[in-house]
Amino acid sequence: MDFKKKVLDIIKNKGETSDKLLEILLEVQNKTKGKYLSEEALIIISNELKIPLSKVYGVATFYSMISTKKRGKYLVQICNSSPCYLNGGKMVTKTFEKLLNIKVGETTKDNLFTLEYTSCIGACDIAPAIKINDEVYGNLTPEKIKSLLNVLRKEDVK
Amino acid sequence: MINLISRLCGKISPLSIKDYKNNKGFKALEKVLFKMEPENVIDEVKNSNLRGRGGAAFPTGLKWSFVASEKNECKYVICNADEGEPGTFKDKILLDGCPFQVIEGMIIAGYAVGANTGYIYIRGEYPKSRNILTKALDILRNEGYLGKNILGKEFSFDIEIRSGAGAYVCGEETALIESIEGNPGRSRFKPPYPPNQGLWGRPTLVNNVETLANIPIILSIGSKEYKEYGTESSAGTKLLSVSGSVVNKGVYEVEFGITLREVIYDICGGLKDNKRLKFVQLGGSSGACLPKEMLDTKLDFDKLNELDIGLGSGAVFVGNEDTCILDFIKSTMEFFKHESCGKCTPCREGNRHIINIINRIIDGDGTERDLELLNSLALLMKDTSLCGLGQAAPTALITTMKYFSEEYIEHIKGYCKTGSCGKGEF
Ligand SMILES: Cc1cc2nc3c(=O)[nH]c(=O)nc-3n(C[C@H](O)[C@H](O)[C@H](O)COP(=O)(O)O)c2cc1C
Ligand code: FES
Repeated sequence: MDFKKKVLDIIKNKGETSDKLLEILLEVQNKTKGKYLSEEALIIISNELKIPLSKVYGVATFYSMISTKKRGKYLVQICNSSPCYLNGGKMVTKTFEKLLNIKVGETTKDNLFTLEYTSCIGACDIAPAIKINDEVYGNLTPEKIKSLLNVLRKEDVK
Repeated sequence: MINLISRLCGKISPLSIKDYKNNKGFKALEKVLFKMEPENVIDEVKNSNLRGRGGAAFPTGLKWSFVASEKNECKYVICNADEGEPGTFKDKILLDGCPFQVIEGMIIAGYAVGANTGYIYIRGEYPKSRNILTKALDILRNEGYLGKNILGKEFSFDIEIRSGAGAYVCGEETALIESIEGNPGRSRFKPPYPPNQGLWGRPTLVNNVETLANIPIILSIGSKEYKEYGTESSAGTKLLSVSGSVVNKGVYEVEFGITLREVIYDICGGLKDNKRLKFVQLGGSSGACLPKEMLDTKLDFDKLNELDIGLGSGAVFVGNEDTCILDFIKSTMEFFKHESCGKCTPCREGNRHIINIINRIIDGDGTERDLELLNSLALLMKDTSLCGLGQAAPTALITTMKYFSEEYIEHIKGYCKTGSCGKGEF
């Protein structure tokens, strides 16, 4: 299905009023390969909702869950709020950076993994916690992270 | 521990309306719709002494009466499910465990204040909870608990779900309203307050998930019985989210009046690996840090008020002896820097400057003057920031400088006895 049609469908589904902007941005991002909002998407949304592009961009960049940069298939979000940060969070960041050979904020060359920080995801009882796409993983150790990455890599080959 | 508000969480199948009804679900709503006038409902909530569980502890009945007294054909009820305060995960338990109870509370609120539309603003980080809520709303529409003429009465009410997208400030009620309107979530100047002019300029009631979950209980058992729980100044129970260095982390419902020591040692099994407790942060990242000498502090709004601390969202974070206070403050301030909406100068700039100074001190380049600077920046932010985010951002800094000043001095002298800030050596 061509991209424009996909975006138009989402807008129709959510409602064509300006207050639906954030809902639409999230849904379009969700349905876009690379989990981001391209310039093309922002322009379509701006035209359809009759909201200036600058404002659409302003909303998109205000919220940290929305990205205007292409991301990997697996979006790894490391919680760096205090309860996680002080309970192994630093180790989690170091381990991911080492195993994936990228820094937080970057994507692996094969476009499989993106590393980001996130604020508390409400999983403080299983700190240190991360989110990979919609799934939460907690009580992480270097070994667990290693095997988690292996599982995801295998899944990708399938 | 007690099971009053969370009594059904984990006990029933969350989306089974039959289970819910078999456990007295919707009894409160039926009573309200068939036997009570809106004023009586508000009186009952007022009499219960319920205070908001979202952080500010504002008397719920009073807030409802503000919205009810506005003459406007269109009013809104918003359920604040943004739960962004670090260390807080109790609303999630209620939303996932018993969504019908929260929604029942919202419908009753709508009836009491004269609103026909509700919004649940749920944080983007909880996609699964959102799915559960979507299903719960569909079920209730089919069963006649939502929509036109609820249970055959003249009252109509429906609810829409809106998602946050990773912005802590959107938990602040006016920023939340901006976000629902499709804008960046930047706090508004107050007044006007939401009960007078909120969503699209209309009178709007904003209540926390847990506050709303209390409503069906209060109306079914009555305010008198409800007040038997808790203390004189703080009626009822509170859901605490305990994290950090304790053995059993998790969400616990307790009666007001319990001490921090009881929570940490009796309920949570003390500290892991027999470590010593260093501090407790009450109310999430925007809360005060208390030394072990204050563990006998009772969780009670008046008692806490006397000490100039707040219960906030009910998050209890326990730091052990291995925690470096400066490292902890650094991560706390990084959080606020990232989450500041940028609208007011004290918050936008203050957080950055505090981080710069903390880094300087951690790096061993700090001086005594830096402590004075930290102090004046912190007070400036507290007094002059536009919203609660900037006002509360320096709370942890202020309280640790008060109770753990020796640790700041130690770093200025060039060492850290815990070593965990990365500057362990001379
Ligand atoms: C920065 C900031 C974040 C907040 N986050 C939340 C939140 O996540 N959930 C919440 O219920 N209240 C939050 N609040 C408090 C709300 O502004 C508001 O007081 C509350 O939702 C009112 O509900 P209540 O009276 O039932 O507590 C926050 C306040 C501030 C200043
Ligand atoms: S602090 Fe990491 S999930 Fe709450």
